[in-house]
Amino acid sequence: MVSGNGFEPRIVAFLCRWCSYAGADLAGTSRIKYPPNIVPIRVPCSGRVDPQWVLDAFERGADGVLIGGCHPGDCHYVSGNYKARRRIYLLKKILPELGIEPERVRLEWVSASEGQKFAQVVAVFVEELRALGPRSVTSDA
Amino acid sequence: MAEELSRHPGVVYSTHYDYMCSDPGQELLKKAIKEHRLNGVVVAACSPSMHEATFRTAGEEAGLNPYLVECANIRKHCSWVHDPGEEATDKAIRIAKSLVEKVKGNVPLEPVEVPHKDKCLVVGGGIAGIQAALDVAEAGFEVLLVEKSPTIGGHMAQLSETFPTLDCSQCILTPKMVEAARHPRIRLLTYSEVEEVSGFLGNYHVRIRKKPTYVDPEKCNLCGDCEKVCPVRVPNEFDRGLSQRAAIYIPFPQAVPSSYTLDEQACLGLEPLRCSECARACEVGAIDYDMQEEIIEEDVGAIIVATGFELYPLENMAEYGASKVPDVIDGLEFERLLSASGPTGGEVRRPSDGKVPKSVVFIQCSGSRDPELHKPYCSKICCMYTAKHALIYRHLVPDGKAYVFYIDIRAGGKGYEEFVTRAMEEDRILYLRGKVAKVFREGDKVVVWGVDTLTGKRVEVEADLVVLAQAIVPSSGVTEFAQRLHMSLDEHGFLKEAHPKLRPLETLAGGVFIAGAAQAPKDIPDTVAQASGAAAKAVALLSAPLLTHSPEVAAVDEELCSGCGICAPQCPYSAITVDEVAQVNEILCEGCGTCVAACPSGALTLRNLGDEQLEAMVEAALEELEPARAAVEVKGG
Repeated sequence: MVSGNGFEPRIVAFLCRWCSYAGADLAGTSRIKYPPNIVPIRVPCSGRVDPQWVLDAFERGADGVLIGGCHPGDCHYVSGNYKARRRIYLLKKILPELGIEPERVRLEWVSASEGQKFAQVVAVFVEELRALGPRSVTSDA
Repeated sequence: MAEELSRHPGVVYSTHYDYMCSDPGQELLKKAIKEHRLNGVVVAACSPSMHEATFRTAGEEAGLNPYLVECANIRKHCSWVHDPGEEATDKAIRIAKSLVEKVKGNVPLEPVEVPHKDKCLVVGGGIAGIQAALDVAEAGFEVLLVEKSPTIGGHMAQLSETFPTLDCSQCILTPKMVEAARHPRIRLLTYSEVEEVSGFLGNYHVRIRKKPTYVDPEKCNLCGDCEKVCPVRVPNEFDRGLSQRAAIYIPFPQAVPSSYTLDEQACLGLEPLRCSECARACEVGAIDYDMQEEIIEEDVGAIIVATGFELYPLENMAEYGASKVPDVIDGLEFERLLSASGPTGGEVRRPSDGKVPKSVVFIQCSGSRDPELHKPYCSKICCMYTAKHALIYRHLVPDGKAYVFYIDIRAGGKGYEEFVTRAMEEDRILYLRGKVAKVFREGDKVVVWGVDTLTGKRVEVEADLVVLAQAIVPSSGVTEFAQRLHMSLDEHGFLKEAHPKLRPLETLAGGVFIAGAAQAPKDIPDTVAQASGAAAKAVALLSAPLLTHSPEVAAVDEELCSGCGICAPQCPYSAITVDEVAQVNEILCEGCGTCVAACPSGALTLRNLGDEQLEAMVEAALEELEPARAAVEVKGG
């Protein structure tokens, strides 16, 4: 996905269907532009996201992984987002040992009414990953 | 894109069509399923939230199990948010390929069938709740109507007249209140709150706490002797604090149930030794200090939430002198001043000294449409009720002057524009377009500084009374209540509908419907219409012989399960029991998959979204593109 000389990060996003996936839908309905570096995958809940998936994504060449859930207190399944928060927190602790910068994993709360926020989250993440460069540089080391 | 997908392993047929969701598009899909004997379909088009059901039904009609049809969301997640070009096309391909990988791992499933309870719970006894309860009861189902205050009627009971017809609000409301109370299938629970809700679609268990009123409604004959002897005086909520009431009171004469209520907080003490004046005065012996709170537990199939609204608190409007200047009041207070049954008997008298105000300033959008300081949204009903206020005031005080400061006049509705025109022209109310900068007290006047943006001139009005059209906000306590029901709220705390246009009466919690201003500010006709709509939805659910539940739930591989029990506490629905091995109750499981991600032995899986499927989806999302494509890309760049 390298275009010109600029590095374009590849991002996999696990989006909960009730909030973040719907927020991304709203960004679409509202025609809010954001960079195309992200491939969304719909999951029922951020609590469904197994930290192993994040590692798999890096192994398969992702430069960043976004996990989108409902705001605290708003989880459609009551508390799946809290579980995701704990799991991702722990995952980020072990990532440096695998040679992966923890900043490459991002957990964000985006509600179904926050199309604008979804677009912003993606834009900022892409910007940060561009600055960080391709992941292979560090993981190969 | 269709060509690229046709080369993806496992894809036997790939084509392009402009309007997949149209009838010809669906026919195309059915034909392809039959001709190529497909055992999996990916429709790369709109969001699954929108059209998953459409395409799954089409698949089913062609003899394919509906759970083998998936939607790749290349419109809302791709073409609508990116500029056209190679990058966007690549992304669309990746999205579609990942869904192809998912479908390859999907298995045919049959919906889980669930019986349901046949009662309906209606929360909130305002006009929305009353209408919904009546409609559901008329359709033949039992209804529990729960209201937290001692009477049903809600805010509509406080209003003087209603726009644009100037019907007396209580006169059109009270027959409905009585009808609700007398209906053989409506059980009215006033002074009650829903404390707990558990369960799921069609099978909710509710726990309601009914506070003691200390007055037996069967015996109370509304003589009012108790009220006369009660030594306590507290602000009367029904009159928005413009009058006083005793500790034992009836909110208004037509209250339903028609009985007095003893306010435990205001009473000097429930022990007969402290006071007991009311009990001694009551000839029929209706007062019972030993009355206990009641806990009512019921199973219901559907829930209609009609918790209504409040006004944005006056104290937030410091710029308008609110809550410091006594003659700056809100719209509901003014309603009480206009009401024939209000604290002034329908004469407009200002709170500070009881004088009839000869000059009244009405300020619209007070707290609304003000993203910097207050609420960004339009509260919708204020343009109309302000016109009504000013018009009735001019009728009651013919020599009085009425000024309305407004930003825009939004009078969309049957007869609404005509009503505002009538107020402006026939009743000669002075409409000033512009915001008010400051309101302050000077002597016995309330001075209003503003700008008339149409003439560009500064305006100063020495008023006797200022009425603020306060923003509409959701009822307090609705946040906690929504969480109990797993309902979502929007950014302003209003209840969120399942879809803003196409499913405005439903919520994402199955079998829970919404009606009235709890969803967004709305006027009485819209509220009543929505309440009847929500009732129709509830009746449709209650009339179905069986409800179906998604089979995309968690499942256990008993061979792999070690019975460690890590999964069970992860489940918010207590759907997992562990007895040697874990077992999932398919009816209780909502399919969130939180347990699956926690299982250390990989024994748990989510049907049609297992770990292997997910891995394949990630791989497809990140797969290197073919050299031919890459070459094009370099050339294009």
